[in-house]
Amino acid sequence: MTALEPGARGGGAPWPDPIVDVRGASFAYGPALALQDVSFTARAGEFVGLLGPNGAGKSTLVRIVAGLLAPRSGEVRLAGIDPFRAPRRQVARACALVPQEPRVAWPFTVREAVMMGRAPRQGLLAVPDRLDHGAVRGALEACDLVHLADRRLDALSGGERRRVFFARALAQEPRVLLLDEPTAFLDLGHQVAAMRMAQLAARGGLCVVAVLHDLNLAAAACDRVVVLARARVVADGPPAAVLTEARVREVWEVPVWRGENAATGAAVVLPALPRP
Amino acid sequence: MKSSRRTRLALALAAGALAVVLSIAVSAAFGAQPLSVSAALAGRDPDATILFSLRLPRALLAALVGCALAAAGTALQALLRNPLAEPFVLGVSGGAALGGSLVLVAAAAVSRVAGAAGDLLGAAPPVAAGAVVGAMLSTVLVFGLGRIGGRLVPEAALLVGIVFNAFVAGVITLVKMLVPPEQASRLLYWLVGAVGYEAPGTLAVGAALVALSVAALVALSARINLLTLGDEEAASLGLDVRRVRAWVFFAASAATGAAVALAGMVGFVGLIVPHLVRRAVGPDHRLLVPASALFGAAFLVLADALARLAFLPLGTEPPVGAVTAFLGGPFFLWLLRRTARPEAAR
Repeated sequence: MTALEPGARGGGAPWPDPIVDVRGASFAYGPALALQDVSFTARAGEFVGLLGPNGAGKSTLVRIVAGLLAPRSGEVRLAGIDPFRAPRRQVARACALVPQEPRVAWPFTVREAVMMGRAPRQGLLAVPDRLDHGAVRGALEACDLVHLADRRLDALSGGERRRVFFARALAQEPRVLLLDEPTAFLDLGHQVAAMRMAQLAARGGLCVVAVLHDLNLAAAACDRVVVLARARVVADGPPAAVLTEARVREVWEVPVWRGENAATGAAVVLPALPRP
Repeated sequence: MKSSRRTRLALALAAGALAVVLSIAVSAAFGAQPLSVSAALAGRDPDATILFSLRLPRALLAALVGCALAAAGTALQALLRNPLAEPFVLGVSGGAALGGSLVLVAAAAVSRVAGAAGDLLGAAPPVAAGAVVGAMLSTVLVFGLGRIGGRLVPEAALLVGIVFNAFVAGVITLVKMLVPPEQASRLLYWLVGAVGYEAPGTLAVGAALVALSVAALVALSARINLLTLGDEEAASLGLDVRRVRAWVFFAASAATGAAVALAGMVGFVGLIVPHLVRRAVGPDHRLLVPASALFGAAFLVLADALARLAFLPLGTEPPVGAVTAFLGGPFFLWLLRRTARPEAAR
C-alpha cells in the first residue's frame, strides 16, 4: 500500500467537513490589502486550484490556511483547529505545505529530507521508529524516488527536487496538502507528473489545494477552481464553468481564445497575441 | 537505514574522542622543558608539576574553548543558513569580550572603593557572566540588523558582525585607558586569544558552562536541522521557530561567552572545524554538533601546541588566536569564493 491510497493512514476521529474553512478573512502587508473578506472552503478528497493574477492574494491565502499568517479579521479552521493559534506540531500533523521554491541550504540526502516530514510526530532527537520508516518508504515509492534515496539534494535536477519536497509532504501524512505553484519552472513532462501526483493524493482522500498559474493544467486536473483578483474571490466552481472567455479576459486583462479539449471536455484557454 | 545512522554517529563520536585524547597527549608530552612521562606519573618533580599543573590544565582549557567555539559555530551557521557564520566573524566573540572587559573595568573601579568586593567582581564567574551577556546581546543585535524586510539576509548579518567587531575594538581600546596599566596589559593579552594557565576554579566554572551549552545544542540538534530549511518550512514541519531559535541563540551565545571568558578572542575555530566535519559526516546536525564539538577541542589543543612549539627557538610563543587567525583568514576567503558560486556551494 502506498501513501497515496485511501486508508493508508488508519481511521481515527471523523474530520470536519469542509476540512478547510476560511470565513471572511482579510489580510494586509502594511497598508497594502492582500485579502479582503475572503471565504474559502475545501473538502477531503477534493483537488482545488487557486487561480488569479500575480499579487491577487493566492499565496497569502495558502499561508493563512497553513497558520503561518494570522488574518486581520475573519476566522480560519483547519481540520477543526485555528491553525495560527494551535501548537505548530498539531497543525503540521494536519497540514503539509510544499513551498514554491524549496531552499536547499545544506546538502541533505533525499531520504533525510523526506524523513524531516516525520518531524511533527517525532521526539526531541527525531529518532525514527517503524512507522516513520514505513511512511518515508511509501512516500519515496509514490514519488518515484526510491532509486535516488541516497543522493544529495544538490545533485538532483529541479524536477527531481520538487518531487522530494512533495514526498516530504506525503511522509507528513497530513489531511490537507497545500501546494504553492507546484509546476513553476518545470518542463511539460514534469508539470504533468506534478499535477498527476496532486490528483492521486486527492483521490487518496487528501484535501489538496494548489496555487496554479497555468489555466489549462488547472482546467484539466482540478475538481474545482477558485479565482482571486485584487484580494477578493471572484469565482468558485468547476473549471469549465469558471474559466469562461469573459472572465479570463476580465481577471487577467488579456484577450484569449477559449475552446474545449474534444477528448476530455476540459476548458482550453489560449492567449490571443496580435500578429506582429 | 536506522543502523547506518547509528553506526555513523558512533564512528564519528569515537573518532572525535580519540582525536581529543591524542591531541591532549601530544600537547602534554611536548614543550619547552623535556618531560619524562614515567617520572611524572611516579610523582617526581619537576616532571609531575610540569605535567599536572601546567601542561594538562592548559591542554584541557584549549579543549574546552575549541569545543565551545566549534559547537557555537555549527549552530550559528545553521541559524544563518550560511557556512561563513562563526562566533568571531559575526561579532559574537567581540560582544563577549566587551561584556567581560566592562565587568573587569567595573571591578577595577569597585576595588578602588572597596578592595575585597572589587576582587570578587573581577573573579571568574562575574567576568564569565559578563561575557555570556555580551555574547547574547551581540547575537541579538547582529541577527536583528541582518534582517531586511522581515527576511534574514546572511550577507547583511555578516557585514553587521564585521562592523560590530571594529566598533568593539574601538570601545575596548577606550576601556584599556580607564583601567590601571597592569590590568590593561592583562586585558590586552586576554583579548588576542591566549590559552594560558587558569586557576582550577576558573577552569571548573568554564567547563560547567561549556558542558551545559554544548549539551543544549546537542539536544536541539534535530530541531536545528529543521531551522536550516528556512522559517516557513520549519514552521510547516511543526517547529515553533521563534522559541527554538531563541534557545539556539541562547546556547550558542553561552558557549561563545564561556570560550571568550576562558581564552579571549580565538577566531575561526567555529568556521574551519564545522566545515571539515560536515564534509566527513554530512549535514545532519545530530551528528554534526557533537562531532564538531569533539574535533574542535582536538583542533584547538593542537593549535595551542603548535603555538608553543613553533617559536621555541626564538624563546617566545604567540597566542593561539594568532595561529587560528593565520589558518582561518585564508580559509574564510577560500570558503567565500566557493559559496559565491551557487551551484558549487559546499
